[in-house]
Amino acid sequence: MIQYLEIEYITVFAGFLLLMVGLWGIISQKNIIKMIISFGIIDTSIHMLLVAIGYIRNRTAPIIDSAVSKSDAVDQITDPVPQALVLTAIVIGVGITALLLTYALKLFRQNKSLEINQYNSLKW
Amino acid sequence: MKILRNSLLLVVIGTMTWMMFNLYKDYDSRTTLNETASYYAEKGPDETGAANLVTSVVVTYRGLDTLGEVTILFLTAAIIGLLLRTEKDSKTVPLRQSSEFLITAAKVLIPMITLIGVYIFINGHLTPGGGFQGGAVLASTFILLLISISQRKIGHRLLEFTEAISGFSFVLIGILGIILAAGFLDNHILPLGKFGHLLSGGAIPVIYSLIGLKVGAELSTIILELNQIQRKDDTIS
Repeated sequence: MIQYLEIEYITVFAGFLLLMVGLWGIISQKNIIKMIISFGIIDTSIHMLLVAIGYIRNRTAPIIDSAVSKSDAVDQITDPVPQALVLTAIVIGVGITALLLTYALKLFRQNKSLEINQYNSLKW
Repeated sequence: MKILRNSLLLVVIGTMTWMMFNLYKDYDSRTTLNETASYYAEKGPDETGAANLVTSVVVTYRGLDTLGEVTILFLTAAIIGLLLRTEKDSKTVPLRQSSEFLITAAKVLIPMITLIGVYIFINGHLTPGGGFQGGAVLASTFILLLISISQRKIGHRLLEFTEAISGFSFVLIGILGIILAAGFLDNHILPLGKFGHLLSGGAIPVIYSLIGLKVGAELSTIILELNQIQRKDDTIS
């Protein structure tokens, strides 16, 4: 039971919680800006999950310096691959958010409304 | 109708929560590196010459993915420009003069923040940081510049030029890797240098500086596009 209070378990739990919050926001909110914010929350939660999965307890950042020598790096560093993934994911997240906001702006200029209910041209 | 909608919402959220809870229950913290990560940790410093292993993964081992990612960012900036530039007309908002405090503070801060950004991406192979982070810092100076001289129009020319030159050089270095070294984006085209020093890691500092310039220019282009399209009739009636 006590293991659930370790940092990686807390981070994974918070990541899944934020994922659910963001998903709820996307499917229940009607304002387009709020949906974009929910998308941002999901983005952040995935970053938290990825970093937590790469984390190994009592180990340090994957950088070789005076604290970590080349020879015993395998036993002293955390996983560098998820960190590289998160690095790229953050930048892609920024781009997608900017793109979503641009589409929201275009929609707003057409119908003067940010409520998703007003846009029913694709509804059957 | 509302009851139906809410119950459907509850079912979807409930199912997803159950799935996520099972994933969380099965999660077990790791105690050792897996095979790929062990390879990077053992061979990475000697093969690439970069002290920061995340950088050696991003720039060398998975360099092609980074090229693709920079391309995605470029496409985003291009699509935003395409969507917003078609409707520029006379109805733009006249912005009021920036305050004296903001202008003075911007004059002091812009050189310093630019310096920090350049430091972050030049030292990307030694310390935490790199092209993407440094580029984001450069874009933040651009925001400060934009709000401190809100009266003046800023052209796209310099940003587009920086973006094009750095992107072209990035691909050119990758192709040089095919000719002079083992493959595309191989960093051995320059000597590896002394481990842990600024001029080490072969072409990694050069590639990461180019990525930094490119990311900074692309984010600045997005900000500039989004800034220049405010109009008088953009209010909810």
